[in-house]
Amino acid sequence: MNAVQHPDLRIGRPNWASVFFTGLTGLATFLILAILALILGNALYHGWSNFNWRFLTGGTAKGMFSGGNGIWPMIYGTSARVILMTIFVMPVGVITAIYLTEYAPSGSLLTRFIRSAVNNLAGVPSIVFGLFGLGFFISFIGRNMDAALNPGVEAPVWGKPALIWASLTLAVMTLPVVIVATEESLRAIPQGLREASLALGATKLETVVKIVLPQALPGIMTGAILAIGRAAGEVAPILFTGAAYYMASLPHALSDQFMDLGYHIFILSTQSPNVTETRPIAYATVLALLLLTFSLNLVAILIRARMRSKMRAMH
Amino acid sequence: MVFLIFVFIGRESLPVFLGKTDTATAKFIPVDQMDHLTPEQLRQYLLLSPAEFKGKSREFLRHKMELREEEAKESGDNKDAAINTTRWRYMLRPYQWSDYNRPEFIWQPRGEIQKFNIIPLVVGSLKVTTVALLISVPLSLAAAIFVSQLCPVRIRELIKPGIELLAGIPSVVLGFFALNVMAGVLQGIFHYRSALNALLAGAALGLAVVPVVFSIAEDALTSVPRSYVQAALALGSSRWQAAWQVVVPAAVPGIFAAIVLGFGRAIGETMIVLMASGNAGVMSWSLLDSARTITATIAAELGEAVQGSPHYRVLFMIGVLLFVVTFLSNLAGELVMQRLKGRLEGKR
Repeated sequence: MNAVQHPDLRIGRPNWASVFFTGLTGLATFLILAILALILGNALYHGWSNFNWRFLTGGTAKGMFSGGNGIWPMIYGTSARVILMTIFVMPVGVITAIYLTEYAPSGSLLTRFIRSAVNNLAGVPSIVFGLFGLGFFISFIGRNMDAALNPGVEAPVWGKPALIWASLTLAVMTLPVVIVATEESLRAIPQGLREASLALGATKLETVVKIVLPQALPGIMTGAILAIGRAAGEVAPILFTGAAYYMASLPHALSDQFMDLGYHIFILSTQSPNVTETRPIAYATVLALLLLTFSLNLVAILIRARMRSKMRAMH
Repeated sequence: MVFLIFVFIGRESLPVFLGKTDTATAKFIPVDQMDHLTPEQLRQYLLLSPAEFKGKSREFLRHKMELREEEAKESGDNKDAAINTTRWRYMLRPYQWSDYNRPEFIWQPRGEIQKFNIIPLVVGSLKVTTVALLISVPLSLAAAIFVSQLCPVRIRELIKPGIELLAGIPSVVLGFFALNVMAGVLQGIFHYRSALNALLAGAALGLAVVPVVFSIAEDALTSVPRSYVQAALALGSSRWQAAWQVVVPAAVPGIFAAIVLGFGRAIGETMIVLMASGNAGVMSWSLLDSARTITATIAAELGEAVQGSPHYRVLFMIGVLLFVVTFLSNLAGELVMQRLKGRLEGKR
């Protein structure tokens, strides 16, 4: 039988092209990973010497830009806003995902609308979330709270940048992350499990709460961790919604401002009067932030990889 | 229960909705500030702080206004003072300000006469974004082809988390890296004047875009049915030929979507350009000049803009502009991607 030679496939072509292009694309891949390694190595190399317990737990009493300072206030502020954000975002995100996978009729107009809203929310630039936080949470909700709670008082309590507004802004921003991760884990659960539960007389709600959710827990955890990892490093949304250039004390209340790791890196690298003196602490701060976000991301990636292989085994 | 969930959905989609409406109101710019003044505008016009303004008599304010008028007349040669610089004409088209010898685009919100021409910002954003895409798209597409088609499965399992980790680097860290490492390297190569410029910002931004373009392109390439490749291989083509002449053409819409979504990410990125682009509000098409982008402008100036002032409104307006641009590009990318997947799955 004669092989029909498709003109596009050019079978007679020598194989060197294949080798060459495989090498070229491989090189591009390698380059990306090399840059990643360079960034990490650079931060590690320059940041390590200053990265110690005293640096992590010290305050900024000795002036912001000189050595001998610590980053405890920033770690505290970043942790506080991230924890608050998690509290806000998880219930809303998980319930939305449950609705989308378990209850919503697939393909209906509303479901598709919610899906595309979620997808689009994921692509909105972080600075726009900052504007939204300022415009909605601070100017609208905060002002009105001030007017309602303590009328006649000049100084705003809620109508100004605050820890709670920064957390809420971040919660809105990370909502798609949580929804997508939770949905994925819910879908991975075999339909038979649900059917078995329903066949034994459980209601839909019981099935969701007692059968589906426990199974989906690793995926939901992944979503939370990814959201935290994303939020911990974000600076743009909190520029106007809560981060402070400098604060003498740690934030005590939800209406306080806070210092932040990422914002601190920005300040150290752009506002310092003495660049050479500041650079070592800036590097150490970068290292701290990288360790924080990377360990979170790594945990999320590992859980997800394990979940996927488990899912493959199930099907 | 379903009702409760509906309430939560409502609450969930509310931010999107409010995000739109809320920033859209910022589009409203007081057209004729000189004539129709609210107390707040009056206060700003008279350059008084809220505490100073409060409880002042009408006579005092009128006197103040007269003083202002006299001042304005004294600086009568400065015809710019009478211009409402927030009109579209002054924000979009070049204008010959009194100290300049030709019409120019200028963004200069500080100083006596606030100049809000947004064209330099748009050009700055486009410049930086173009550089970022030129760097990141070839790189990440090549990597996506390699990872999805050419490399052994075991290596793929190692590379993908690596690139996901790159996505996990906070942008402020990339900005820091650009400032402290890349700035020196690039200046050593090109010997340009200003160390912080569009090229540097674009290169750093490229690093942030790589994971986005990579993961979407990789997704599109993997969703091409395996049978296509097998058919090509059975006809005697090499792996590369199968990838380049069969899989890539089938996934072209997905690659397009990847580029569009990468564009959305690049134009919306803030911290990198804020730290690495130099932020000069002058119109220039040169890559080696410092550039000021929309995002960096908002980030740098909103903190000091008086709430409710024209400056504040204009910043929100360019925020809306940014939002619309990214929204449309995301929507386009999303639609293309969905259609592609539908088509490929339908064909299977």
